[in-house]
Amino acid sequence: MCTYVTEHVDVVGSGKGAIGWFNLNEASVYFDHPVHLAREHSLNIDFLQPKMGPSARVAVELDIRSARRLAEAIMRTLSQVPEELAE
Amino acid sequence: MSDQLLAETIEIKGFGGDSIEAYFARPAGSGPYGSVVVIHHMPGYDEATKEITRRFAYHGYQALCPNLYSREAPGAAPDDAAATARARGGVPDNRLVGDVEGAAAFLRSQPASNSKVGVIGYCSGGRQAFLSACSIKDLDAAVVCYGAFIVSDPPPEMPSSVRSLLHLTPNSSCPILGLFGAEDKFPTPDEVARLDSELDKHSKEHDFHIFDGAGHGFFAVDRPSYRPEAANEGWQKIWAFYAKHLSS
Repeated sequence: MCTYVTEHVDVVGSGKGAIGWFNLNEASVYFDHPVHLAREHSLNIDFLQPKMGPSARVAVELDIRSARRLAEAIMRTLSQVPEELAE
Repeated sequence: MSDQLLAETIEIKGFGGDSIEAYFARPAGSGPYGSVVVIHHMPGYDEATKEITRRFAYHGYQALCPNLYSREAPGAAPDDAAATARARGGVPDNRLVGDVEGAAAFLRSQPASNSKVGVIGYCSGGRQAFLSACSIKDLDAAVVCYGAFIVSDPPPEMPSSVRSLLHLTPNSSCPILGLFGAEDKFPTPDEVARLDSELDKHSKEHDFHIFDGAGHGFFAVDRPSYRPEAANEGWQKIWAFYAKHLSS
């Protein structure tokens, strides 16, 4: 089913999509039907730059286990960053 | 019946008089034909939904699928448009009703129209088909395919502005065909039974079917949820329902 659940996150970053590299300032995280992944539902992340229009988007669709592994890897990696670089 | 059909992208007037994109498919003959408004699912105005729209034309109906994300993302790829619409909070119920009203008016204005218009929606569109049946006075038939959150609000862990529509049941103005999966959790068979009984209570004409071995999205041929037996039987019920309520 369509879950409607969406987390919005302000981000500072860059991403590469169909139009090449661009600045990112927003991310949507949601669990819903994927467009491409062969699963009924997936954890989806859209990295966006709304000012550049709908196609300024980097999209990923992950199954639940992959999404958890990715989240853990991000947190583990960040925990290993030396304090002087962590700002 | 000829199998010739025409299909193209057009502009129609939707909620608030806004121009919105729509996919229009119809038989090539002069009619008269019944019409169907196809409400796309949350992933958008996509290839699969356009295929469904053409299927209605093949079966002798004028069919129109309004792009509910036209305003947020004009001309964008369907997946990008759906992402943009989601990021901006989704489609408000009142806007959906206005867009379906506009689509129905467009269909009725066509020279080949027999003036009868039905609506169909899948998944989030199933909820919106019920909303349309309860909000638009001149629809002739509505098909609700596994619409969630008609009977119950989304659970607390699922924060959303979407709300139950059960209180609107007395306003339902046309016959409703409901097609659901026995293994679906949104809506559960218990929720389907509650909606069934609420429609009974208000003496609203309806016909509900719950298919064994099927869950949510069993009509979706491009997804793992596809269940051909349920989908084939479901399509037969749709053709019989629309033949009864949308024929001249």
